[in-house]
Amino acid sequence: MASNILNHIGIENYIFLSVILFCIGVFGVLYRRNAIIVFMSIEIMLNAVNLLFVAFSTYHQDAQGQVFVFFSMAVAAAEVAVGLAILVSIFRNLGSIDIDNLKKLKG
Amino acid sequence: MDNQLALVLVLAPFLGFLCNVFFGKSLGKTASGWIGTLAVVVSFMATISFFMQVNGSGKAINVRLFEWMQVGNFKLDIGFLLDQLSLLWLLFVTGIGSLIHMYSISYMHDDEKIHSFFAYLNLFVFFMITLVVGSNLLVMFIGWEGVGLCSYLLIGFWYKNQEYNDAAKKAFIMNRIGDLGLLIGIFILATLFSTLDYTSLKTIITSGFPFNHYWVGVAAFCLFIGACGKSAQIPLYTWLPDAMAGPTPVSALIHAATMVTAGIFMVTRLNFVFDVAPVVQTIIAVVGATTALVAATIGLVQNDIKKVLAYSTVSQLGLMFLALGLGAYEVAVFHVITHAFFKACLFLGSGSVIHALHGQQDMRRMGGLKKAMPITFITMLVSSLAISGIFPFAGFWSKDEILMVAFEHNKALWIVGSIASIMTAFYMFRLMYLTFFNDFRGTEEQKHHLHESPALITIPLIVLAILATVGGAISLPGNSWLNHYLAPIMSKAKHGEHHLDSTAYMLMGIALVGAIVGIAIAYVKYIKQRQLPQEDAQISGVNKVLYNKYYVDEAYEVLIVKPINFLSRFFRDYIETALSGLVFGFGKVTSELGYYGRKIQNGNIGLYLFAFVLGVCAIISYLFLAQ
Repeated sequence: MASNILNHIGIENYIFLSVILFCIGVFGVLYRRNAIIVFMSIEIMLNAVNLLFVAFSTYHQDAQGQVFVFFSMAVAAAEVAVGLAILVSIFRNLGSIDIDNLKKLKG
Repeated sequence: MDNQLALVLVLAPFLGFLCNVFFGKSLGKTASGWIGTLAVVVSFMATISFFMQVNGSGKAINVRLFEWMQVGNFKLDIGFLLDQLSLLWLLFVTGIGSLIHMYSISYMHDDEKIHSFFAYLNLFVFFMITLVVGSNLLVMFIGWEGVGLCSYLLIGFWYKNQEYNDAAKKAFIMNRIGDLGLLIGIFILATLFSTLDYTSLKTIITSGFPFNHYWVGVAAFCLFIGACGKSAQIPLYTWLPDAMAGPTPVSALIHAATMVTAGIFMVTRLNFVFDVAPVVQTIIAVVGATTALVAATIGLVQNDIKKVLAYSTVSQLGLMFLALGLGAYEVAVFHVITHAFFKACLFLGSGSVIHALHGQQDMRRMGGLKKAMPITFITMLVSSLAISGIFPFAGFWSKDEILMVAFEHNKALWIVGSIASIMTAFYMFRLMYLTFFNDFRGTEEQKHHLHESPALITIPLIVLAILATVGGAISLPGNSWLNHYLAPIMSKAKHGEHHLDSTAYMLMGIALVGAIVGIAIAYVKYIKQRQLPQEDAQISGVNKVLYNKYYVDEAYEVLIVKPINFLSRFFRDYIETALSGLVFGFGKVTSELGYYGRKIQNGNIGLYLFAFVLGVCAIISYLFLAQ
């Protein structure tokens, strides 16, 4: 327990950081119009949650949380690949990646 | 070899039908007619060949083509049974059919759709042959339905006249009612015996194998309903007089000589079934006698030459059913054959008259045609003598046998049958006198154009008249070739031939005197006193009731057609409206919801994301608060 970093920086700080990151992500998604930024904001949200996982994993002395983060990162990597491919395709078709221009799905 | 020849027999008219359907128009009128005729003649030849064979050997020929279906232990083949009964039937179906086809070439020559007329006629003959030669009840049923269809097509052949269309529909619907009975009868037999093959059915029923008599009786009754529809018996007879809307050769072929005898054929074919259902036999006899009498009374006052013949057909069919009901199947068959001869001749003769008068069918506008049309007159006179039962014409022998059988079984039936016969003699000679004697009552123009019909019309008339004269020879009392010939298909050995004892001579004498009395009354009324039937408006009293056919059509209209129409309207106006309102309501609500829901999907991704986040927040706060 002596080397536990939580002794130096309390768990509540990790929670605050995670919440702040998550909220930045949410607002980024809601306010930015550039699809890549929106995309990055989503990644930030994802990583905020990952951080929380790792922090609590250490807090509870349980490796399960960290294992879960590995899976989550692997999935995120795949998602990024697909997402960027879609964005490239959108750019080729529309010449822009402003999400306001993406109105072809209108019912 | 037999298989091939049997196929030729059955399929030749069908080939004729195909030829006329596909090439009839390009072949021209005469060629199309001769192809149709030839097709039937080929069948006739094949029939003669088979007839010689079977008459010589006495053994039936069973042609099995292929297996149709097998369900459990129920097995059905497509096959033909060429035995004494079916060949006899085929002889006159194809024989008279050929003559009538030949007649039609000339009769229908001015009709522009003559090729389709011959196509229908050929198709009819094909189905009639199927009906007769089928080796089991289901093959017979195919033919049974097929002739109904062709009858519909031919009655409504002049489809531009709405009345004719109605007559065609009436015939079809009436027949369908009977067909339902027939079908139920077939189903019952199939359930009881697991087979529909005539030979197997006969073996099972006559072998003394125990079976449910009640259900066999029900089956026999249902089959009889089918026969009622096809052979125009009470209560399903009203279609036949209306069927006279078709061209006259059709009336001669279908509604006198062949199709209407299908019911009699079926009952004779299944005589082993009816023999074990005595109650049904009694019903058949009573229905037959009643029909004979009722139709004869209506025939007394009809003024349309074809209507008279139509009612006389119904009446004669009634006599045949009387014989069937009394178990005298071969007597009924005998009358079918002689009737086919003289009734076909009468119809064709009336067609010849109508042809000469350019479509006039009302006997009040005829008269004095004797000189202008000698051949038609003589052939029709011969046939009228035959149908009236005058010695030694064919009808005398067959009618006399029916009456003799009736006399043996039940005096009341004998009296009814005799009265019907006397009436027959009267109205047939009423027809003859009104048409051929006295002065011509038509227009001047018609008078100038009066002419004897061409050879294609008179030759069939002459042949049929000869047959109507000598046809009785096939079953003379005391020495009946027919009874002997038909013996193998009957389930019961017959109670010996009629002996020519004093009773038989007495009955013959009574029948002959009755017929002469009928003719004499007609003579006095229409030749001596020169009476004419009244015009439609002046008819009153009993005559009016008879002239309007006892108002049976009107009664059916009120009792059956009107309630059904009312029910249909009720269902259409209320039940259907309610149901469709409900269904349409669902659709309408859904589509309205969709119309408004559509607006949410405006394609703005920002809004979607906002809604998404809001939703997540809502879920989280709910979970938080719910705890």
